[in-house]
Amino acid sequence: MTSHAAAIPMDQRRPEPGVEFYTMKLGMWIFLLSEIMFFTSLIGAYVILRFAHPEQWAYPGEVLNVPLTAINTFVLICSSVTMVKAFAALEHDDQKGLQLWLVATILLGSTFVGVQVYEYIHLAADGFIPVAANYSAEGGPLYGSTFYLMTGFHGLHVTIGVFALIGVLIRSMGGHFNSKKVGGVEIMGLYWHFVDLVWIVLFTIVYLV
Amino acid sequence: MDWLLDPSVSTFGPDIDRIYYIILVITGAVFFGTELLLVYFLFRYRHREGQRAEYIHGSTKAEVIWTAVPFVIVVVLAFMSAPVWNRIKNPEVFPADSYEVMLTARQFEWETRYAGADGQFETADDFTLLNRMNVPVDRPILIHLASEDVIHSFFVYDFRLKQDAVPGMVIPIWFEAIQTGEYTLGCAELCGTGHSTMDGIVAVQPQAEFEAWEATQVAARQAVLGGVLASLDIGAEAGNGAVTSGLAEGAATPMHEHGDF
Amino acid sequence: MSHVATKTDYDLLPFAGEHHEELSFVRKYIFSTDHKTIGKQFLFMSLLFLLLGGTLATVMRWQLGFPGTPLPVDILPETMAPGGIILPEFYNSLVTMHGTFMIFFAIMPLLVGVFGNLLIPLQIGAADMAFPKLNMFSFWLAVPAGFIMLASFFVEGGAAGAGWTSYAPLSTSGEFTGVYLGQQLWLISLFLLGFSSITGAVNYITTIINLRAPGLTWFRLPLTVWALFITAILVLLAMPILAGGLIMLLTDQTLGTTFFKPELGGEPLLWQHLFWYFGHPEVYILILPAMGIVSEVIANGARKPVFGYHSMVFAIAAIALLSWIVWGHHMFMSGMNPRLGMTFMFTTIVIAVPSAIKVFNWLGTLWKGNIHFTTPFLHSVAFVALFIIGGLSGVFMASTPVDIPIHDTYFIVAHIHYVLFGGSLFAIFSGITYWYPKLFGTLMNETWGKIHFIGTFIAYNLAFFPMHGIGLQGMMRRLYDPTLYAYLQPLQPWNVFISYSVFVLFAFQFIFAANFLLSIWKGKKAGPNPWRANSIEWSAPSPPPHGNFERMPVVYRGPYEYSVPGAREDFILQTDPPDSSVAPHHTSASTSH
Repeated sequence: MTSHAAAIPMDQRRPEPGVEFYTMKLGMWIFLLSEIMFFTSLIGAYVILRFAHPEQWAYPGEVLNVPLTAINTFVLICSSVTMVKAFAALEHDDQKGLQLWLVATILLGSTFVGVQVYEYIHLAADGFIPVAANYSAEGGPLYGSTFYLMTGFHGLHVTIGVFALIGVLIRSMGGHFNSKKVGGVEIMGLYWHFVDLVWIVLFTIVYLV
Repeated sequence: MDWLLDPSVSTFGPDIDRIYYIILVITGAVFFGTELLLVYFLFRYRHREGQRAEYIHGSTKAEVIWTAVPFVIVVVLAFMSAPVWNRIKNPEVFPADSYEVMLTARQFEWETRYAGADGQFETADDFTLLNRMNVPVDRPILIHLASEDVIHSFFVYDFRLKQDAVPGMVIPIWFEAIQTGEYTLGCAELCGTGHSTMDGIVAVQPQAEFEAWEATQVAARQAVLGGVLASLDIGAEAGNGAVTSGLAEGAATPMHEHGDF
Repeated sequence: MSHVATKTDYDLLPFAGEHHEELSFVRKYIFSTDHKTIGKQFLFMSLLFLLLGGTLATVMRWQLGFPGTPLPVDILPETMAPGGIILPEFYNSLVTMHGTFMIFFAIMPLLVGVFGNLLIPLQIGAADMAFPKLNMFSFWLAVPAGFIMLASFFVEGGAAGAGWTSYAPLSTSGEFTGVYLGQQLWLISLFLLGFSSITGAVNYITTIINLRAPGLTWFRLPLTVWALFITAILVLLAMPILAGGLIMLLTDQTLGTTFFKPELGGEPLLWQHLFWYFGHPEVYILILPAMGIVSEVIANGARKPVFGYHSMVFAIAAIALLSWIVWGHHMFMSGMNPRLGMTFMFTTIVIAVPSAIKVFNWLGTLWKGNIHFTTPFLHSVAFVALFIIGGLSGVFMASTPVDIPIHDTYFIVAHIHYVLFGGSLFAIFSGITYWYPKLFGTLMNETWGKIHFIGTFIAYNLAFFPMHGIGLQGMMRRLYDPTLYAYLQPLQPWNVFISYSVFVLFAFQFIFAANFLLSIWKGKKAGPNPWRANSIEWSAPSPPPHGNFERMPVVYRGPYEYSVPGAREDFILQTDPPDSSVAPHHTSASTSH
């Protein structure tokens, strides 16, 4: 506690190995707490509205395409696995493996977003839209409003994640990461697993209940 | 400036005022105690030549005392407040045999609806008053409070009664006036550009006078419904509140089921 | 042997550490990553908004004191005040924007943005924030948020007019208020500001956890750092809740969703729950850092350790925890289930306990002290005196039955201003004066500081204390013209009196503004430790160079070791090695008392 570190000049302090990376990881964890609260507000609103107006909701599967989204959920879970693989490869200094698994994660993430867009287009064609005017599907506009709000903001998070992963991939091709320097990949992994986890909650609440 | 409340004229008003005065005495004592102590310390321990502060880090005993004492005081206050709140606001313990009216707020007026001959609301024989509510003295009044557009707030200071009127909800409130007279009804929630113009009157009448007035209104309404050409002047009997038709704007029913905007 | 700060060192090397890298003007003053520069940027921005918020308040008070009388200066456009007479829709915008600017663009950035940025790295002995670029980003997100909010005054329909709480459904559609784009800009601006605050909070929390100097244990942290740490947690967790609500309200307005529209099944009370679930922690975001500042300055003025340091920390934590379960007390009259009202009364009234603990500990700190009446100290003592009033008036509203007549009246207006002006703003004046040397290297003028203090203290109380009374007589808040109610007409002389007091109060602030600006150039050179204080920032030069400390500071003791028996001086820097307590060598300390 009272070690005489006073002799360390300030400008030699930051590059201390590992410190910066640890700080970034801590920062990401803290940021994710904030994200949890954001999704909590959306989920909380959903729960309150649904309890207040059950007549505006349809039975699971009546409007939403559950089988397709179940497959899509599987795709997203797989992307978490490939993300873990990417990190594992990095820890073994396997640059090729890292890049390969990153590409796989990006592809799976994009697939998820693509399927979601496809689903949106079909739902909208069936009159399941977020707004009250012209809403013509089962249930009521609150169903549509909350559905698009929650899945939309999740989709936005996945999209941001995909772009960030592309950034990580580009940096990895520049040899930016190695087993001693895993910061960007690990932090990206935290975010990606979080987004994955949120989807499992959303899928359960929005599609299955 | 006045720390005393104007006298209340509802049955539960004195209960509220009593708690208010208890809190006023307690907080007043704390206020003078702490502020005087503060001023005394500032004077007593002001810097003088050669003086040095005492090196004190705190006192566990003091901390325990000034945690426990305020805790006990506020919890006692809460226990005193709870039954009064319950009596005023909990619909399950509202007085039985109340006289019922509906009060609907809209930008920027209040509409009082009486059940009319059949004792049922939302029927053709209802009659209404604008920005005015006539009620009998010494009888519990049950108001079904609603709003047609935005949130307004029913506020009669003399009754010590306030309740937001929320669109999409019908909120029951009650009071029993103990004194006849005209009392101001105000809107206490910002509701748009005309917020400050949204005043009305609650006229508390002697029982007999109220019943006579009610009978006249019921008869007038029946006369209109009976197709008899009724004078449009009947509103004059309602003091300065105008009588509006219960049917003319049938679509804008206060007990709406969403969708009458 | 540890490095000992001497006057010679600092005088010869006023910008030690910066001579390595020559930064361009833009990198140094505009897109700077230095936490002190960002703190200064927040300071200038939020002081401007404070001035604007105050100006809006004087215009409001003109209307309330002299309804229907043309403004003395007729410069407002036709859409706001034709012929100088304030329109009701403009009055509603004034009410809304005064609250919005003061809460989100003045008090919050002043306490969190300014003091968070300035003090956290300095008081924990760090070179900068954990994420300097993120820090810069968070400031440059707040700037467009402010511009958008400002711009909303000049769009068709004017600025938002549904109150700073923007209750739905008044705020969901322009047909209710006549405000269309203005309300949407309000939402977008707050969303950006919220994001800025969250990134700031991530930075603060990470910095405090990770970058503390060796020896700086949690219970050796200054109370300002504790308060900012807990505040940052509140920001981190509360802001996203508001963000969710803002998005829903925005889509209700623009896309036609139905979250809060009752005619289509939406729930207006859902907005209130979301808003106050954020809003009540927000209230403590606006007071906890102020409490930290006050604890610091009172100990310094009394030359005594903070009384009950640990219980002060626990009280801050308790207030923060309780703040999550009291939001319903804003909704006692909202039509929420009355049983919930009763539950919220119990949780709310218990918050009086940690608040009382803090007040008693401040009094305990003064007890047997050796009090020096510096300007920062006076402001901090005023905080305590006024916070007592603001806290006690809260007890009235916490009691649900008593809340019935006083809810949404001027009693609550008095309460909120006793807490946010009497409390937060006095602490801000105190903090700015106290840490001014670490911002600009000079001291603010003490004489003018005291004149500003006395004028503000008196005019403030004349303006806001009578509001309790007119509230108790039943005057509702946010009334465009109270004289339209017959029973409020007898109160009108009070409204006139309050308005005059506000004008005087406003005028006194120009003394502060002049003192603040002129002291940058004309102020007395401060030296590293003008207040003879203990915490780490006072071992750095004033202003500290880029990187703050030449050597990593090592901490040996708590931050409030004033008047230690046997020590030659009545203060010991946290970084002075133990042996130096007997024969201290802070020759650099220049006294200014």
